[in-house]
Amino acid sequence: MSAIRIFALTLFALALAACQSAEPLPDPEPSDEAYGSRGGATTDAYGDGLGGGEEVEYDPSAGELANIIYFDFDSSEVRPADTATISRHAALLANDSRMRVRLEGHADERGSREYNIGLGERRSQAVRRLLLIQGATAGQISTVSFGEERPAAFGSDEQAYARNRRVEIKYVN
Amino acid sequence: MRKLAITLTALATCLAGSAFAELNIEITQGVGKRTPIAIVPFGWQGDGAEAPLAVAEVISSDLERSGRFAPIPVEDMLQKPTTGADVDFDDWSILGVEAVVVGRVTQTAENVFEVQFQLFDVFRRDQLVGYRMPASTGTMRIAAHRAADMIFEKLTGIAGVFATKVAYVTAEQRGQSRLYSLVVADQDGENEHTIMESTDPIMSPAWSPDSRRLAYVSFEGSRSSIFVQTLRTGNRLRVSNEPGINGAPAFSPDGRKLVVTLGGVDGNPDIHVLDLNARQKQRLTTHRAIDTEGSWSPDGRFIYFTSDRSGGPQIYRVSATGGTPERISFEGSYNARPRLSPDGTKLAMVHNDQGNYRIAVMDIQRRDLLVVSAGSQDESPSFAPNSDTLIYATRLRGDGVLETVTADGLIRQRLASRRGDVREPVWSPFPRY
Repeated sequence: MSAIRIFALTLFALALAACQSAEPLPDPEPSDEAYGSRGGATTDAYGDGLGGGEEVEYDPSAGELANIIYFDFDSSEVRPADTATISRHAALLANDSRMRVRLEGHADERGSREYNIGLGERRSQAVRRLLLIQGATAGQISTVSFGEERPAAFGSDEQAYARNRRVEIKYVN
Repeated sequence: MRKLAITLTALATCLAGSAFAELNIEITQGVGKRTPIAIVPFGWQGDGAEAPLAVAEVISSDLERSGRFAPIPVEDMLQKPTTGADVDFDDWSILGVEAVVVGRVTQTAENVFEVQFQLFDVFRRDQLVGYRMPASTGTMRIAAHRAADMIFEKLTGIAGVFATKVAYVTAEQRGQSRLYSLVVADQDGENEHTIMESTDPIMSPAWSPDSRRLAYVSFEGSRSSIFVQTLRTGNRLRVSNEPGINGAPAFSPDGRKLVVTLGGVDGNPDIHVLDLNARQKQRLTTHRAIDTEGSWSPDGRFIYFTSDRSGGPQIYRVSATGGTPERISFEGSYNARPRLSPDGTKLAMVHNDQGNYRIAVMDIQRRDLLVVSAGSQDESPSFAPNSDTLIYATRLRGDGVLETVTADGLIRQRLASRRGDVREPVWSPFPRY
C-alpha cells in the first residue's frame, strides 16, 4: 500500500470522524426542513452520519482490480470478460463482512431520462446478483442508478455512449 | 470539509444568482399566415418620464412568440393613441392591421399603478375587450402577460399561457464538478429563480396543481430521494427515501398524492401511489419489467406509464386504484414518458422515429401518432395548461435547449439558453388570481 493511499485513508477516517462528531444525527424520518442553505448542506439528512465524506473514495483493491464494468447497447448482461473482476470484488466482500459497496448504474444519453434510470438500475442489479451468489451478503451492497445524469464521457457518439453504459463499484464505509 | 463544501456552494449561489434572462427565443418554424396587429406604446401618467415597464413591448413580444401574430413596428404607426376614443380606424386599415391594442399606465400613489388596455377589431370598428388592473413595479410584468392572455384568447379562441411559468433543470460545469440547478422562470424566460442547487444530479421536476409546490428527485448523498418543495417558503419535505430507485414523481389532479417509481432493494422499478398526507403508499404494478414515468389523467381515473414488459418501452395505463394495465402505444419500437394534455384529449411521449428520439402527440380517441419535433435527442414533453402547446428539451451543438411546439406541430420555437445544459422543462398550471 502506497504512502499516498495510507495518507488518503487517514484523511478519510479523520474527515469521517469530524463529520460524525460535528453533526448531531438528524431525525431519520422525513421532516419539513427549511431549505436555507443550498446544495450539499443537507447531505447529512439521512441519518447515516456519512454526509459530505463521500468525495474521498476508499478502495481496498489497491490498483489493478477494475471498478467499472461496461455494458453493450440496450443490455444489462455482464460480459464474460468481466466476471473474473466481479468475482474478486465478491471475494473481498465475503472475506470482510464490514466492507460495503455501492453499485452506481449508468446509461447512455439516448431516450427518456427516467426510463434510463431503470436501465442503469438493471445493470447494477446484474452486478449485485453476481456478487451475492459468490458470497457477498445483501446488507453489504446498496445500489443507485444515475441513468444518464452523470456521464463519464460527454459527446453524442458511440465511443461516448460505450463509456457511459457502466456500473461503478464504489467502496463506502 | 463540510464547511468548505458549504462555502463553495454559497459562492456558486452568488455567481448563479445574478439576474439575467435565461432564455432567448427564436421562432424556428411558423404557420404561413400571422395576423397583423398593432400594440401601440402605452401612455404614462405618473412620476418621472416613463412607466416602470414598457407594457406594450411585453404584450407585443408575447403575441409575436406565439407564432400566430405579426406585431407591426412602432415606427410604422401613423398614430399612437392611448385611449379608444383616439383610435382612427382608417389609419390602421391602410396599414393592413386587423387588431389594435391601446392602453396606459397611471400612477395613483407610491408604487401603486393601474394598467388599462383596450383591444379593437379594425374591420368591425369595435372594441373586443377592455380591462383595467392594479399593479406594482413588482407585478407589472405579470399584468402585461395577463393583458396578452386576454388579447390572445379573444382573437384565437385559445386560452393564453403568457402568465404561466416553466420549471427546468440546468447543469453547468464548475471546475471538477457539475452544478445542477432547479429553476423556475416566467414562460418567456424572464424572472428566473433558482429553487434548489446541488453538485449531485436533480431530476424530474413536477408541478403541484396549485402551482405552489414542485416535486423533484435529488441525488444528494449519492442516493435518490423525492422531495416536495414549497416555492414561496423554500421549505421542503423528503417524501420518499427507499433503497434503490426513488423517481419520476407526478402530482394527482387533487394535489394530495404523488405517483412515483420505486425500485426497492431488488431493483424492480414499479409504479406506486404515495398519499402525501396519510404517508401511505400503494403499489400499482408488480411486473418484473421497468415500469416508470407515471402520469395521471386529468380526471384522476388512470395512470399512464412507461413499461418495457413487451421488450422495448411502450406506453400503458392502469386504473389509479390498481388493476390490469392496458397497452396504449403500438407504433414504433420506443415510446416513453407519457404526458396527458390538461383537457385529456392528447398524449405526448418520446417516440423513436427512425433512429431519432422525437416528441410525438397521440390523439387519445383515434390513437394516431403525430411527430411534432425535429431533433435527434428530444425528450421530456410537457403540455401548456391550454393543451395547445408543448415544451420539451432538445440538443443544440451538444447542449440541452428548450423548444415549444403547438400540438399540431405547425409552430415551433427555440428558447435558447445562455448557460449550460437546460433540460426537463415542465409547464406550470394556470395561475390562480
